[in-house]
Amino acid sequence: MIQRFLWRGLDTRLRLFIGLVLLVGIVPPLLNLLLPPSSPLYVPAYVLQLVGKYLCYASLALAVDLVWGYCGILSLGHAAFFALGGYCMGMYLMRQIGSRGVYGNPILPDFMVFLNYKELPWFWHGFNHFWFAAPMIVIVPSVLALALGWFAFRSRVTGVYLSIITQAMTFALMLAFFRNDMGLGGNNGMTDFKDILGFPVQADGTRATLYFASALVLALFLVIAGAVVGSRFGKALMAVRDAESRMRFLGYRVEGYKLFVFVLSAAMAGIAGALYVPQVGIINPSEFSPGNSIEAVLWVAVGGRGTLIGPVIGAFLVNFAKTYLTGALPEIWLFALGALFVAVTLFLPRGIVGLWGQYKARQERTKRTATA
Amino acid sequence: MLILRLLAGLLPVLVSLLLAGVAMAADLGSLVTNLTTGGFGDREAAINALAASGEARAAPILEALSAGRLYVRSADNLVVIGKQDGDKLALVDAVTGKPVGSAGEDELNRIRINNRLRGVIDDAVGTLTLMSPNPDMRRSAANSLFKQRSASALAAVEHAMAAEKDPAIKRAFGEAWASIVLASSDASREQKLKAIPILRDRGDADAFGMLRDAEASSDPEIKAAATSAATSLQQTLAVWEAAQNVWYGISLGSVLLLAAIGLAITFGTMGVINMAHGEMVMLGAYATYVVQQVILAYSPGLLDASVVIALPLAFLVSGAVGVLIERTIIRFLYGRPLDTLLATWGLSLALQQAVRSIFGPTNREVRSPSWMSGSFHVGQIDVTYGRLWIVLFALMVFATLILILRKTPLGLYMRAVTQNRPMASAMGIRTPRVDALTFGLGSGIAGLAGVALSQIDNVSPNLGQGYIIDSFMVVVFGGVGNLFGTLVGATTLGIVNKFLEPYAGAVLGKILVLVFIILFIQRRPRGLFALKGRAVE
Repeated sequence: MIQRFLWRGLDTRLRLFIGLVLLVGIVPPLLNLLLPPSSPLYVPAYVLQLVGKYLCYASLALAVDLVWGYCGILSLGHAAFFALGGYCMGMYLMRQIGSRGVYGNPILPDFMVFLNYKELPWFWHGFNHFWFAAPMIVIVPSVLALALGWFAFRSRVTGVYLSIITQAMTFALMLAFFRNDMGLGGNNGMTDFKDILGFPVQADGTRATLYFASALVLALFLVIAGAVVGSRFGKALMAVRDAESRMRFLGYRVEGYKLFVFVLSAAMAGIAGALYVPQVGIINPSEFSPGNSIEAVLWVAVGGRGTLIGPVIGAFLVNFAKTYLTGALPEIWLFALGALFVAVTLFLPRGIVGLWGQYKARQERTKRTATA
Repeated sequence: MLILRLLAGLLPVLVSLLLAGVAMAADLGSLVTNLTTGGFGDREAAINALAASGEARAAPILEALSAGRLYVRSADNLVVIGKQDGDKLALVDAVTGKPVGSAGEDELNRIRINNRLRGVIDDAVGTLTLMSPNPDMRRSAANSLFKQRSASALAAVEHAMAAEKDPAIKRAFGEAWASIVLASSDASREQKLKAIPILRDRGDADAFGMLRDAEASSDPEIKAAATSAATSLQQTLAVWEAAQNVWYGISLGSVLLLAAIGLAITFGTMGVINMAHGEMVMLGAYATYVVQQVILAYSPGLLDASVVIALPLAFLVSGAVGVLIERTIIRFLYGRPLDTLLATWGLSLALQQAVRSIFGPTNREVRSPSWMSGSFHVGQIDVTYGRLWIVLFALMVFATLILILRKTPLGLYMRAVTQNRPMASAMGIRTPRVDALTFGLGSGIAGLAGVALSQIDNVSPNLGQGYIIDSFMVVVFGGVGNLFGTLVGATTLGIVNKFLEPYAGAVLGKILVLVFIILFIQRRPRGLFALKGRAVE
């Protein structure tokens, strides 16, 4: 039954797209592992790392799209959920270093030895086990989203007020995580990871696996999001987006719908963050910065809000441009990003996918007028 | 020549004779000459005599001596202060302070001192101004002795206290005396018991610390007196500290008010989320910087007025940019607040990068005019002129804005458009123009805030970013569309922030305030002073 529920949400186009995501997830790692570096088809490790990062960003974009595109909640705090997931993963990876750190302390991570901690803070216990850390990656962001959402939606904080509150939340978290006495690495964050599940993080095999996992998770998220959006629940969700008061007058408990999708989205962002950290090898408080959240919103806007394919395309395009421009013309990047924000809101309110839809519709119309 | 040598040999004898009674009367010239003669022991006496003279020139002479810059010119035995000037030393007559040419090191004899004498000089410099004819110098000497607490100065203080006419300075001497007595091991019990109430009446944190130290005394009577004085002082201090925190809070609140008030207009009356508001503030700060650079280049005499000159220019620059933004971008996005938010965020990134490209990423220095530096005390509250001016400026801007909104045609139109856009339009108000002007006004006020912030914060491309979230918090907390709400919101948040800081630290205090606002919005989603009626939805 669950299978049918999941499958029903997917139209042909989305199925093809998920297939494409899986293909992108399988082929490059194989090319990286099986071919010798001299081969023209060889995919170097840094490309895998880069695209793996994009895949995580795409998952984050999908999470943002679920709340913004389908429920009209513009969250400017999704970087916080992403970073919290990342920090949970970071804590697990820190504990895996064990006595191989610079100070060789078997229990305490290096930064704690450096800051004169005598024993592990209480919230670090359990993170040496993956079976504990993995659910935490979902639970920590979800609980935060639940608390914030429950308060906010219940008292009908909507629109820009909600956006500002979520932004204040991620700003407050950023300030908090910058403090050394949080016990989470202060402004240096956590880095120098060694092992994940017993495999060395830097090894080619581990990188390829993490890359594949990111693609798999993105595909899974697409399936889940498709199922949610395609269901009766999804219809109600979009109705809340378009006419919240009317839905409330019709007897729907709007808060429940919003809360569910907000928490689901936060959990997705957390998982994306957890996959991001071992691939980039560092997590620090700047991941919480409000700018990151807004950038994630931009990916969705560029690709097309309210579509499932759009955020993935947007995340890839914008980040590819970012990688290219910050390398080639670092002065230009912020101008380009700023211009993109303005251009998308002014000229492309439905994003690239929407543009494609418009083009198709126009073609259809001309064809009809031609035959008629 | 022989006679001179003979005299030089006799001088130490003469000096000790002089010191016996008439040292005070000796004129500066002979006091200075005494420094140059005899052994180190004689020199110590000469230093003390010079210090006790109360002459204004005594301080620079002693300082030069301590730094090894006091010389005797071989040619005419004139005592001079040398200052390195190229290969040679520029010379100043020690007694008159007038320049007397220059000379090489070989034409001069340095007056030598040792480490013990250096200590004597340091003590002497503290006491020498006690007798100065200038009341400000006497006051500052008393204050420095109060902190130094060196027992050797006790006699000088008592002497100065007896001679002092000005009651306020006499009191300062009394406090210095009390502080020295309490720290000294030689002072009698009666003296100490007399000193304790003097310190209690002084009533500041330094005095409190001294009384706390005195509690360690072995004498039970002194101990009891010190404890009771310290306890009563502690309560006074707590009240003053609270008052000081309120002042800091008001000061922070005025900064928040300046940053938020422009936002309150654009957000409150137009419903536009302007994420580039912080960058308007930044532009204002850079306008101040440019004005100052131009003034420095063309007429440095006007430097003190540069901030005032910058005010209208900053308003115009930020206001013009605001109107431009409204006309080219925002007017296409009315009714789509979330899109406006994204577009203006993009603008803020571009503006930051533009400023970074033009002025560079580093902090630019904006100098404070002289009338904004320095501070004064109200009771135990420390008030800096810079902060005071910013508080006053914020209030002036606020009052002007209220006047514009209430008494001018533009204000009338703005209120009309806020309350009922279609109706205002039907009455013949050109709403697009009012929108542009409103946005320009809000941005221009942000520019004014930038002028003020350039005095207390680093002028860098990131200046605005630090304020944007705080400003939104103020507007949301105070209630949208209500300027008095913004005033109350800014002041409240400022004071709450400053009261939390000592307990929670600056960062945690800020976090707590953010959490508090998030919770507050749950209770009152429309802020403290919400608009009521149809305009709300």
